[in-house]
Amino acid sequence: MEQFDLVVIGSGPGGYIAAIRASQLKMKVAIVERYNTLGGTCLNVGCIPSKAWLDSSERYHETVHSHSLHGIEVSGVKLDVKKMSTRVSDVVSGITKGVSFLMSKNKITVFHGHASFKDKNTLTVNGKDGVKEISFKNAIIATGSKPSSLPGVTIDKERIITSTEGLKLTETPKHMIVIGGGVIGLELGSVFRRLGSEVSVVEFADSVIAAMDHDLGKELQKVLTKDGMKFHLGHGVTSVERRGNEVTVKAKKKGTEEEIELKGDYVLVAVGRRPYTDNLGLDKAGITLDERGRIPTNDHLQTAVPHIFAIGDVVKGAMLAHKAEEEGVFVAEYLAGQKPHINYNLIPGVVYTWPEVAGVGATEKELKDRGVAYKVGKFPFLALGRAVASNEKNGFIKVLADKNTDEILGVHMIGPRTADMIGEAVVAMEFRASAEDIGRISHAHPTYSEGFKEACLAATENRALNI
Amino acid sequence: MIDVVVPSVGESISEVTIASWMKNDGDFVKLDEPICSIESDKATLEISAPKAGKLKIVVAEGETVAIGAKIAMVDETQTAGASAPAAAAPAPQATAPTQSTSGDKNFPSPAAGKILAEKGVDPSSVAGSGKDGRITKADALSAQAASAPAAKTQDADLKNLAAQTIAGSFSRDIRREKMTGLRKTIATRLVNAKNTTAMLTTFNEVDMSAVMELRKKYKDAFKEKHGVGLGFMSFFTKAATQALKMYPAVNGMIDGNELVYHNYADVGVAVSTPKGLMVPVIRNAESMSFAGIESKIIELAGKARDGKITIDEMSGGTFTITNGGIFGSMLSTPILNAPQSAILGLHNIVERPVAVNGQVVIRPIMYLALSYDHRIIDGRESVSFLKAVKEMIEDPSRLLFDL
Repeated sequence: MEQFDLVVIGSGPGGYIAAIRASQLKMKVAIVERYNTLGGTCLNVGCIPSKAWLDSSERYHETVHSHSLHGIEVSGVKLDVKKMSTRVSDVVSGITKGVSFLMSKNKITVFHGHASFKDKNTLTVNGKDGVKEISFKNAIIATGSKPSSLPGVTIDKERIITSTEGLKLTETPKHMIVIGGGVIGLELGSVFRRLGSEVSVVEFADSVIAAMDHDLGKELQKVLTKDGMKFHLGHGVTSVERRGNEVTVKAKKKGTEEEIELKGDYVLVAVGRRPYTDNLGLDKAGITLDERGRIPTNDHLQTAVPHIFAIGDVVKGAMLAHKAEEEGVFVAEYLAGQKPHINYNLIPGVVYTWPEVAGVGATEKELKDRGVAYKVGKFPFLALGRAVASNEKNGFIKVLADKNTDEILGVHMIGPRTADMIGEAVVAMEFRASAEDIGRISHAHPTYSEGFKEACLAATENRALNI
Repeated sequence: MIDVVVPSVGESISEVTIASWMKNDGDFVKLDEPICSIESDKATLEISAPKAGKLKIVVAEGETVAIGAKIAMVDETQTAGASAPAAAAPAPQATAPTQSTSGDKNFPSPAAGKILAEKGVDPSSVAGSGKDGRITKADALSAQAASAPAAKTQDADLKNLAAQTIAGSFSRDIRREKMTGLRKTIATRLVNAKNTTAMLTTFNEVDMSAVMELRKKYKDAFKEKHGVGLGFMSFFTKAATQALKMYPAVNGMIDGNELVYHNYADVGVAVSTPKGLMVPVIRNAESMSFAGIESKIIELAGKARDGKITIDEMSGGTFTITNGGIFGSMLSTPILNAPQSAILGLHNIVERPVAVNGQVVIRPIMYLALSYDHRIIDGRESVSFLKAVKEMIEDPSRLLFDL
């Protein structure tokens, strides 16, 4: 039986990054993946393919709807969704091959098959070429998550689908009903809306992307509504039925008996994801799940069994690839005797709609609830030269700073390329910059990032320059 | 799991060193059972188990940690004998942004923070060279020199090595040990006292016959009534407090541009402990009886030697008495216990030939030394103070009449 210093279960961004870091730290590492390709949800059926779809669909949408504004008349535009879908697959296979290359480059042994614990130090891998046992000194559970559903709603993977199937569609739905106005629902909803589908979003909360700063959801809903997306907020789905190629979704307005009925050809269930630990044999290792199906861990991401760790979507915290990556590095370094630290407060959240939405740190509501004295600086893209030149005038940047110390406590953006711009805010906050610090740092003109500087100036003492 | 954290040991203390673990990792501990001793730059304290259960040590011996840092966990679901599966420890919490009230001084960058954590260096002890005093990676890297993480085991190995080699002749080995927090503070404070005051020493000699006579006479009765022995320290403490009343500057201190005078005398008594010199303080010594002083000294010195003294019991003195005589010192010049302005040095009592009324007689003589800060105390006052002490010791009835 082969023995490893570290076995990582799951090759998503948390798992494969943990494996590479551990290998850099001179450990003998194996990684187990139950699918044929490495990369987990993120690379195969999550972040990467959705961004490929978003980019392709945005190009189409621009060509049809925005080019004439720039004086470009286009006719005879043809949409080949099948080809678009193929391109997405090519992107995915290219990147997953890249991960395989990284594994061999870092001398990490890859096992394909379903892993389950036999005992505290042995893993059984059930793969195509039979059953193998591997023994380990330490293990990291990085098995990720699966889309979850609503009670009473059966995913048939044809017409009632999750993001996994949504990312592989080869036709444009006529009317897609999206259950869930969170990140996944709005991103995929945007894709199909841009490709010409009618899209209706049913959401139980009173706003979209409800976990983010409230202003962002309001602005995003406004823009998406202008683009033709329909919203039914504050509605709880009561039934989803399929008859042939038609699906019917019924939903009740919260606290009332008022019911709406939506008919479409696809229902996308995007109500969140659940930790995935099916058939992992956790009981044999001595690990029990918490009430939400997550693996309980301590500050060092250690499970109840000290040499078994868990990271990413299977543990507490935001289900984000970059959070899992940080945790992967954390555990590898911790095992090597180092003392890494993760600032969970500063893990940015991003929505890749257009305009993009991004936020880091405390939301305004959180500051209010905590009783923190804060100041707000807000700057609209409308007032930014670069945004006007590019006709990207939707959105704003909002900076929340401590009223007394001027330290930046939260940054929330909606607008062009905010997904990339949020990085500057994270860096600033990791170094505990004040709003004025950013206001005194040169930002190239004309760029979108000037918007962050202006919002910081506004937060400092309401002295934004261009408004 | 219950966290065992370093308690606040005093407002000026920001970090402590784990002096020793009395229990091993994985041991079962009882409620309130001492599990660890920590050493700050002022005192050594014992930490007890907050709950009964299985101990998990997080910070190793010899490491320096900040106040409030978690040094161990006690798993209360596990008790001796039972081996229930470890209960779920709390999952990582999102750290709320620190409410910065003191700006960004000493805030380490992410990389610097990791380096400092690994070295066990408290960021507050590092001078940040970054914007607004932030600690850069370079700062963290060079912080090593100041407090390298001398691993305890390595230390122990070296000690063994030394023990072996010292036995052999002509050894050329040297031994290096990490300075303890206490030793570091002693070092810093002594150098500070020397560098920042105008310190000098005045001497006198005192004939101890009268005190010795009194002591001989009342020793047994005193012991019987008060339960403590009648020592010389109570005489000197009483004499000193009376003399301090006559010369308030000796009991004063300089604070910035102001002089601070005390209408009370909190007298520090230097005690030698296995860890180094400690100075517990007898509060309101001027109002205490001989017996009160004697029993207080015994109580505080005992606590200091056992490492159980608190910071409060050692801070805020207005004057200090140190007795080098117990080690056989004939004469010495004590260093001030800053921010105090004077320190009285006692020495050994030796029978010396002295001239009394034109006759050479043998008398038990002790030399006295008073080191003082000339910035606040003039020569006239210091010399008169010491002379007053001398006169009260030579004629203890003066103590009675406040003369």
